[in-house]
Amino acid sequence: MNHTLLQLIVFLPLLGALIAGLLGRSIGHRTSEIVTSGLLVLAALFSWIVFLQWTMGGGEAAHHAEAGHGGDHAFVAAESVKVELFRWISTAGLDLKWMIRADTLTAVMLVVVTSVSSLVHIYSIGYMHEDPHRSRFFAYLSLFTFAMLMLVTADNFLQMFFGWEGVGVASYLLIGFWYKKPSANAAAMKAFIVNRVGDFGFALGIFAAFMMLGSIDFDSAFAHVADMEGKNISFLWAEWDAMTVICLLLFLGAMGKSAQFLLHTWLPDAMEGPTPVSALIHAATMVTAGVFMVARLSPMFEASETAMTVVVYVGAITAFFAATVGLVQNDIKRVIAYSTCSQLGYMFVALGLGAYSAGIFHLFTHAFFKALLFLGAGSVIHAMHHEQDMRKMGGIKDKVPLTYWMMMIGTLALTGVGLPLHLLVDALPNIGFAGFYSKDSIIEAAYGAHTAAGGFAFWALVVAALFTSFYSWRLVHLTFHGETRASKETFDHAHESPMVMLVPLFVLAAGAVFAGYIWYDSFFGHAEHVEHFFKGAVVVDAELIDAAHHVPTWVKLSATFAMIIGFVAAWYFYIAKPETPKTLAKEHAGLYAFLLNKWYFDELYDFLFVRPAKWIGTALWRGFDDWFIDGVIVGGIARRVKDITSQVVRLQSGYLYHYALAMLIGVAALITWAIAAGGLLG
Amino acid sequence: MTLEIAFFYLFAATAILSAVMVISSRNPVHSVMFLILAFVNGAGIFMLAGAEFLALLLIVVYVGAVMVLFLFVVMMLDVDFAQLRQGFLQYAPLGAMVGGILLIELIMVAGSFLVAPEVAGSSVVPFVEGMSNTEALGNVLYTRYVYLFEAAGLILLVAMIGAIVLTLRHKPHAKRQDIAAQVGRKREDAVEVVSVESGKGI
Amino acid sequence: MSSDLTSFVALAPAYPELLLAIGAIILLMMGVFSNEKTGNTMIVGVAIGLLAVTAVLVAIHPAEGVLFNGAFIQDGFARFMKVLVLTGSAFALVLSVSTASDHNLNKFEYPVLVILASLGMLMMISANDLISLYIGLELQSLSLYVIAAFKRDSGRATEAGLKYFVLGALSSGMLLYGASMVYGFTGQTQLDEIAKVISLGEPSLGLIVGLVFLLAGLAFKISAVPFHMWTPDVYEGVPTPVTAFFASAPKVAAMALFIRVVFDTFEPIAKDWQQIVIFVSIASMVLAAFAAIGQKKLKRLIAYSSIGHVGFALVGLSAGSQTGVEGVSIYMAIYLTMTIGLFACILALRTDQGYVEDISDLAGIAQTRPFIASGIAIIMFSLIGLPPLAGFFAKWEVFLAAVEAQLFVLAVIGVLASAISAFYYLRVVRTMFFDEPNHQFIKTPNELNVVIALTAALIVTYGLTVGGFLKDVAGIAAGSLF
Repeated sequence: MNHTLLQLIVFLPLLGALIAGLLGRSIGHRTSEIVTSGLLVLAALFSWIVFLQWTMGGGEAAHHAEAGHGGDHAFVAAESVKVELFRWISTAGLDLKWMIRADTLTAVMLVVVTSVSSLVHIYSIGYMHEDPHRSRFFAYLSLFTFAMLMLVTADNFLQMFFGWEGVGVASYLLIGFWYKKPSANAAAMKAFIVNRVGDFGFALGIFAAFMMLGSIDFDSAFAHVADMEGKNISFLWAEWDAMTVICLLLFLGAMGKSAQFLLHTWLPDAMEGPTPVSALIHAATMVTAGVFMVARLSPMFEASETAMTVVVYVGAITAFFAATVGLVQNDIKRVIAYSTCSQLGYMFVALGLGAYSAGIFHLFTHAFFKALLFLGAGSVIHAMHHEQDMRKMGGIKDKVPLTYWMMMIGTLALTGVGLPLHLLVDALPNIGFAGFYSKDSIIEAAYGAHTAAGGFAFWALVVAALFTSFYSWRLVHLTFHGETRASKETFDHAHESPMVMLVPLFVLAAGAVFAGYIWYDSFFGHAEHVEHFFKGAVVVDAELIDAAHHVPTWVKLSATFAMIIGFVAAWYFYIAKPETPKTLAKEHAGLYAFLLNKWYFDELYDFLFVRPAKWIGTALWRGFDDWFIDGVIVGGIARRVKDITSQVVRLQSGYLYHYALAMLIGVAALITWAIAAGGLLG
Repeated sequence: MTLEIAFFYLFAATAILSAVMVISSRNPVHSVMFLILAFVNGAGIFMLAGAEFLALLLIVVYVGAVMVLFLFVVMMLDVDFAQLRQGFLQYAPLGAMVGGILLIELIMVAGSFLVAPEVAGSSVVPFVEGMSNTEALGNVLYTRYVYLFEAAGLILLVAMIGAIVLTLRHKPHAKRQDIAAQVGRKREDAVEVVSVESGKGI
Repeated sequence: MSSDLTSFVALAPAYPELLLAIGAIILLMMGVFSNEKTGNTMIVGVAIGLLAVTAVLVAIHPAEGVLFNGAFIQDGFARFMKVLVLTGSAFALVLSVSTASDHNLNKFEYPVLVILASLGMLMMISANDLISLYIGLELQSLSLYVIAAFKRDSGRATEAGLKYFVLGALSSGMLLYGASMVYGFTGQTQLDEIAKVISLGEPSLGLIVGLVFLLAGLAFKISAVPFHMWTPDVYEGVPTPVTAFFASAPKVAAMALFIRVVFDTFEPIAKDWQQIVIFVSIASMVLAAFAAIGQKKLKRLIAYSSIGHVGFALVGLSAGSQTGVEGVSIYMAIYLTMTIGLFACILALRTDQGYVEDISDLAGIAQTRPFIASGIAIIMFSLIGLPPLAGFFAKWEVFLAAVEAQLFVLAVIGVLASAISAFYYLRVVRTMFFDEPNHQFIKTPNELNVVIALTAALIVTYGLTVGGFLKDVAGIAAGSLF
């Protein structure tokens, strides 16, 4: 693998960000757009070259780190290429280099990040063309991409944390890009703060890992995992199994970034940002950072069964929960956002089961179709003059035909449409959209795991698949089909987006259609193929893959059935009998409100955390800061200083004999002291 | 020898008493007089030590010149010492305390007076037999102490410059003697012959 | 009884002093016999040149040694300090070039007295004998008394001059008394000989008392608490160019003398003088920090600031180590730069009613005179000791020395005092930048702009440019004392 190419991939976006950010004013918006987009397209091309070289050619004779210490199953480091950039920290016990690490996992992520990012850049040229601060926007986009690339190429925890926080900051800037909009500001802050909770866990996890494993360098940390068996760590009030604590803390970070159940509240609100941002950050890249992290640290998670089980449950609950909420949302972007949340749950289920490759596979395909959906939604919003409420859309299929078809492809991919031909005839491969392969892989793996958690996850995911199908088709029907509910003016002015916005859709659509078919075998085909593909980058559980391939037929068809039921229900609700939803909502007003209000999580958090925090804050501010610090300490000290000053100034009377007397007193005092202290008296 | 010692204590005691009187007498003229007395006694001690040149110098310069000048100044200035004392009295207790402490400490110092015999007086210029006091002084003043002598000269120069800078005023209306103008004066400049008509005046 | 006067070549270490002495007399004659109107500027110019040439001579002329039967010493330390003193005096004269007439300083005696005072300072620095120490000190002091009262028509200046004179005489008396005690208890006047005698046996009580009196007299000259009382009154009362002179060169010279006396003479009883220096240092830092807050007049503020800085410099001295002396040497060099720059700024701010006096007069000059305002701001930040400005390095060096000597309490108090002092420096900056302008200023003379730019540049780039060189030189200077 070419070292220069890797460096270029990582640093081209930074270059773009610097150019657009620092020189944006002087070179103009158009130049900024072209430069940043051009650099990213370049980075994306290089990424594909790297990816194909690495996966096809089998890489080159790469690092095979020395076998780990002790243990009967010696740890073998993943096949990877490392490019040392510079020495970062060098102190006793900690010697860090800034490295670009490239293995299969990184290569996949590179492709995802740079491809989606470059397409979003291009798309934004059209979408943001009226915005007066476009250079800033593109600078942020490129900056985000750089941070994300730092994250995925990290070779140690600290570098990963740097990228992790970098994407956090960049996403804060992007969500709050329209900073004059109070809701955008609030959403940006919410995203940042909720992520802090996760980051806190992540940071603690890194500390604990460093403490226990003695290194924050991935390969050497992994090598020490085997020694950790049976070792305890004292955390909070008790002793725990070391690896469990470390993994759960790390997973807390992943939950924050990937908007998992309990820490998911920021993601829907983040839709306040410009739509391309949602496509880039909240579909394809940043939210998958948590998934990536768990996959990257798979050797560590493997060491703790408890942690893995937790991951499965959290993922399954998220998948189910988010899907239910998605059923009733009216904002087109929020529907997709909850869908994202739900799909991330799928990925975590896969990770928790040990089917890391399946999780990454879903991450990979999901990036295409979810970005496609978001950008398509953006195109719709663009067409409808920034109207996001689906109740005020409808029937615009013919107004925006290309967008419509792209959205259709995205929906088909998301719901997992495909023909399980393989079941009928052994020689035939399955044929379907990308989501079909990856989602079914996960569902099969869940069943194939034959554990309690797996069983729970299986049913949760199947139901979620049904819901997914329902809300996806609901979105399509409400937006494109039926009679329009938009105002006549809006409807008449609805127009197809320019080519600069459509071309990225086409590219993504191609991915949404073919990505599953092409790479199914590599990610979740024959176990040997998967192992060869990943080259040790993630743990590959051959038995699990095998078991997943040999689940009963009804299991294999369950997802497809769920999809069809969801589709039919949506058709019945919104095309055949459009009044059904309303009556249903009336009859089950409580349930409807429960779902519409997202299970009342925001209200709960408001009650549990926000209000007490505000109360404590006010108390500290008024009571502690204003009264104690400002009044007593600062004010008091200031007053004391003033008192002393006035005393000292009064000494300076201007009278000569005062001065002379002061000198004499000084001499007398000094002599007395010198004599006394000199011990000559004693 | 005993006589010498007796005189030493006489001079020393008188000098100290006079010094006390200088600062304690109410009349400033008396103070100056006591100061003169103190100097004279100091001169006496010099004389006893065999430094007759210094003794006489002290009398001539300090008593004869400086003190007389002082006396003139004190007598000519209308200084109300009673008024100045008011502030002084206010701080007298404090001053007395500080002075007392210093005194005690100095007494302690006196009690511990000790000079290592091998170094005592080693830096003193050796006495040369048969050389007069004045000659001996001159001998070291321009050789051994030339640096200090020249520096002292510079100090006097500064004093002179200072005195001139701070006091000399060129009054525009002051009449000054201009020798050249006086010498170069011609009859024509000074005398004019005019014929005056009677009864008219100039 | 050999005299050094017999050979001119043997006098080589004293060439700078000779040059200055002869130069002063020639200048005096030039002044007397030249036209009053045109002569002044020329004499100031020549005086600056003379000081500069002497400084160069000291810097490049390597002759070192002891002269005049041990009364005079020229060594690395003396040369370092002499260069500082001469530079300070020269710049003080530069500051007076265009401002002298506004301050009634436009008489030829002024530069002559400055040169004679500088000569006195050089003699102090080179003093190796109690007598030469005293004579040098008096030459300097007497010149300063006259300079202080130079503006004889101004009540304030005269009062300042008189106060300075009377208190100065008192301090000289103390110094002389201490010197005589030291002589009495050791039988020696030469500094190194005294040290030899002291190291022979237990220090006697009289020696300690003599030491305290001697140090008290010196402390007066560096205006350390509690012998500082004259400083604010004199700084405020005398014309500003004179204040600039008082605050710069004499401080360096007196500090040099202080260092030489305690290290050359009283090395064997280091414990005793260290306590005194520590006390004086703490008192100076703390009192100055508090007192300066209450000041409204700019020059009084600077006076307290200088008292505080002497306290900081003494922190380095308290350490009683070579590092400490090195630190003090660096401190004095940086202090000198900051002082000169600050006074250049103040003298550059002239309204048609006169020069700025109150801090409030600086209001809003960031808008009207941004160059000078930024100059003052840089110097103020440096005086606070903010990195990476020069003032930070100065404090760093002395605190480092204190910490090395395990004087943690002293270092902590120093840092605290430094923090308090930030308050009044920042107040000046705030006044300049955030208040509304209330004065119109007249154009600044070019030489002041040059001085401001030069000092500000040195302060800002200290770490990159002169810092290393200064440290090397100060190291050599400090090394010559040990």
